[in-house]
Amino acid sequence: MAPTHTLAAKSRRRFKKLSLATKHYRVMETSRLPLSSTIRGKLISAGYTSLSSISSVSSTDLARDVDMTEAEAVDISKLANQISGSNGTTSLINGGKNAWDMLHEEESLPRITTSCSDLDNILGGGISCRDVTEIGGVPGIGKTQIGIQLSVNVQIPREFGGLGGKAIYIDTEGSFMVERALQMAEACVEDMEEYTGYMMHKHFKASQVQMKPEDILENIFYFRVCSYTEQIALVNHLDKFISENKDVKVVIVDSITFHFRQDFDDLGQRTRVLSEMALKFMKLAKKFSLAVVLLNQVTTKYTDGSFQLALALGDSWSHSCTNRVILYWNGDERYAYIDKSPSLPSASASYNVTSRGLRNSSSSTKRVKMM
Amino acid sequence: MSNKLIGEMRLHKKISNIFAARNIITAKDALSMTEFELMELLDVGMKEIKSAITLISEAASPPCQSARSLLEQKVENEHLSGHLQTHLKGLDESLCGGIPFGVLTELVGPPGIGKSQFCMKLALSASFPAAYGGLDGRVIYIDVESKFSSKRVIEMGLKSFPEVFHLKGMAQEMAGRIIVLRPTSLSEFTESIQELKDSILQNQVKLLVIDSMTALLSGENKPGAQRQHHQLGWHISFLKSLAEFSRIPIVVTNQVRSQNRDETSQYSFQGKPKEGFHEHTSTYDSHLVAALGINWAHSVTIRLVLEAKSGQRIIKVAKSPMSPPLAFPFEITSAGISLLSDNGTEVKGPDINTIHARGHSDMINFHGD
Repeated sequence: MAPTHTLAAKSRRRFKKLSLATKHYRVMETSRLPLSSTIRGKLISAGYTSLSSISSVSSTDLARDVDMTEAEAVDISKLANQISGSNGTTSLINGGKNAWDMLHEEESLPRITTSCSDLDNILGGGISCRDVTEIGGVPGIGKTQIGIQLSVNVQIPREFGGLGGKAIYIDTEGSFMVERALQMAEACVEDMEEYTGYMMHKHFKASQVQMKPEDILENIFYFRVCSYTEQIALVNHLDKFISENKDVKVVIVDSITFHFRQDFDDLGQRTRVLSEMALKFMKLAKKFSLAVVLLNQVTTKYTDGSFQLALALGDSWSHSCTNRVILYWNGDERYAYIDKSPSLPSASASYNVTSRGLRNSSSSTKRVKMM
Repeated sequence: MSNKLIGEMRLHKKISNIFAARNIITAKDALSMTEFELMELLDVGMKEIKSAITLISEAASPPCQSARSLLEQKVENEHLSGHLQTHLKGLDESLCGGIPFGVLTELVGPPGIGKSQFCMKLALSASFPAAYGGLDGRVIYIDVESKFSSKRVIEMGLKSFPEVFHLKGMAQEMAGRIIVLRPTSLSEFTESIQELKDSILQNQVKLLVIDSMTALLSGENKPGAQRQHHQLGWHISFLKSLAEFSRIPIVVTNQVRSQNRDETSQYSFQGKPKEGFHEHTSTYDSHLVAALGINWAHSVTIRLVLEAKSGQRIIKVAKSPMSPPLAFPFEITSAGISLLSDNGTEVKGPDINTIHARGHSDMINFHGD
């Protein structure tokens, strides 16, 4: 008898442990809700530990039980429903999308050309909208050049295969040169005129180029950011700004790194603030179907017994961007390498920075060899 | 903007009191935390936090300008669209008129190559009347290495602008506009530049020269490399914002040091450096790199490399947002630096950033009369 008894006791104990574990898990559920700790405490002490326990009662009952206002209770049950998905009737999970629909959406997405066809090729046609792309490289490799070029190219009208959009340029380092933007804008208009001339010659009906270089400059919204606080504030404010100024199709941050590298003391805090910022960029990219291009600096990192170059801001930051492109010197030529992308193969291509802007390295204008 | 007070924004009184109670006073305090952390700290719902952050962000974010209005302002307000002429024709052309206002310009090169000569010439041309291509203002010359020579400045002035300098009292007036500071420690330097911040606009200061940045740092006894790096970080931000807000050019010199063996300029994905590439670099007589590291290099907008190659002095535009990497041969005469040719030759690849010193010592002896 004795052995059976102990066995039963054992299984009872085990059961108890199990239910405790489940209960603990449910406590975790309520704490997942974005609520202040007082309210969360109230909910838990009133016995509302799981999401289903909240969504099963009406908000009036909840308000009475937990001792809060009706309005607060409504918000909480709404939140609980959203997270548990219990009232999601339209699709399997609220906000879900099937892969087939996503494919169609992706294919119809426009891309912004870099003016360098080799680079466009490895990028799958250009910088993709709805994504966050990080571009990094050593000083003087051409990060700012790519930034300025994209803010010009995004404005190429639809008739010429462009997006006809506007650009936001967030300058944290003071390296945006308006003279350089003018040069690239002039070259861009010239190229469009040349293209029109070619089409006319072939007896096609082509639209005249209506754009002037000054118009291109007019549509670059320039923000000079002087501290990391301003940078965070601006990113938070962008949602409103873009809603007011339609047609913004690219946001360029030159560079994401600068202020965070100089002024932040607590590195853990820096990582948390940065990843929140990255999430906001991603949200913007999806909400307004625009491309976010973050330029990053380079640092040296000790791996495998030697120092190597790596993009700045650390390892957890490198998870934040969807695409990552590294610019580097390969012998005499500038190269871009796709370091990370969910849809593109790793590849590298050469590019050249000319007086007219970014171009293919083979088609460089004049090249006097000296050294 | 970052020190704006939350109490003065259009926040709901109740919420703004909660912020104040937790000692979150400025926009910087609030935005240095994630929204979730704020919610925990203030014990308020996510919705309230979000709307408060929206208001704070709107108040603290910088104003927007179109690039076109930026260009128009520049053309309208600034002499030569915001450039200080170097009086080296080829170099001025490639830099769209000279050393630009509002950014840091760096000169790197081995000792004796002519960095200080270049700086003195710049100081002179900034003090010149506008009619002669100058900025008609004062110059602050921070001379860390005690290389500034008034005699040399007057000599350069007499040789290169005789028509101005032979006017009576002109030499005195021009030289009187150059104020030389000789800080002996980094902290003294820090104090001076903080003081400068307020007086630049009132005193018509049109150029700030720091010769050299490296000497300031190496002169300091350093308990750890980390600290040195951190201090530099503060100076970088400060100098950049100083240039930006007072709209003056800041010219800084940087020394060179020899490259450590274990330093690479490769990413991990590039694999081991190719043998050929390695041999190529080892044929150079010396491996010189700029003394201040990559963080500093990212911060300067324009980098001019002064180097010596086969007994020839060369000035290279190694980093510039508006110019391709061009190289110009130059010589130093009694009138200062002058270019041997105004047509720059384009440089490619690693040559842009390497600093040569071949045949340099011969040259110094030759000119060291």
